[in-house]
Amino acid sequence: MTDILLGFLKAFLVGGAICTIAQLLINKTKLTSGKILVYFLLAGLFLQAFGLYEHLVDFAGAGATVPISGFGYLLAEGAIKGAQSGLFGAITGGLASASAGVTSAIVFGYIFALIFKTHSKK
Amino acid sequence: MTGKNAENTNREYLEYVSSVCPKTNEVKTLFHAFWVGGLICLLGQAVRYIFIYVFGLYGDTLAGATSIVMIFLGSFLTGLGVYDKIGKYAGGGSIVPITGFANSVVSPAMEFKSEGFIYGLAAKMFVIAGPIIVFGVIGSVGVGLIYYIKGLFL
Repeated sequence: MTDILLGFLKAFLVGGAICTIAQLLINKTKLTSGKILVYFLLAGLFLQAFGLYEHLVDFAGAGATVPISGFGYLLAEGAIKGAQSGLFGAITGGLASASAGVTSAIVFGYIFALIFKTHSKK
Repeated sequence: MTGKNAENTNREYLEYVSSVCPKTNEVKTLFHAFWVGGLICLLGQAVRYIFIYVFGLYGDTLAGATSIVMIFLGSFLTGLGVYDKIGKYAGGGSIVPITGFANSVVSPAMEFKSEGFIYGLAAKMFVIAGPIIVFGVIGSVGVGLIYYIKGLFL
């Protein structure tokens, strides 16, 4: 039970810290949200390319996988695993790992955009 | 208004603008981003625990299933108009989590629905998500190739 509570705490702290870094970048550089997302994705991807991000995932669980950098981690990790089985795996492994995220974003995105109307922006 | 006088006026004006602009209290925005972003990740951790202890998932399936649930929540709350309200308060705390990725898909898609279901809705889904997928896929192929070549020699 304490393990679970500790897991929640670590996810909260690490996830919160990653978001705070993003907010700091927004405050200092006025980057748009689209660019922030791309930079954080690439940061996760590069860190995992050197085998680093997985330590953060082991430590913080969803605190590291839920931020978009976790998506980059998943892409890199899939490619690294795929590379062990050959050239084909090296090329397809990344998107194969990330397929759940991409597929659900497209399917849910389309369905909900179809159902709901834009709310007036105030 | 020439020469030094104009410069002075410019400087004074800029000082005036920055004094009148609502000081986006930086520490406050950081705190908002921290606790909302942390809370979203904590929610993700709860989903993860449910998948681990109730459904016995692990590894890639666990990661995939968790992101499906989070993306579902993100798109649904965007559809309801709730996520944009969270975003106004939390800034980076709502952008960076995967729910923010879902938000970036649904939000423009809803807005441009009136331009049709193909060039409006379907095309605009990728206004922000497109670059993410482009750089993600190119990056992953790069990493895969480097590891493949490394594997040939080591």
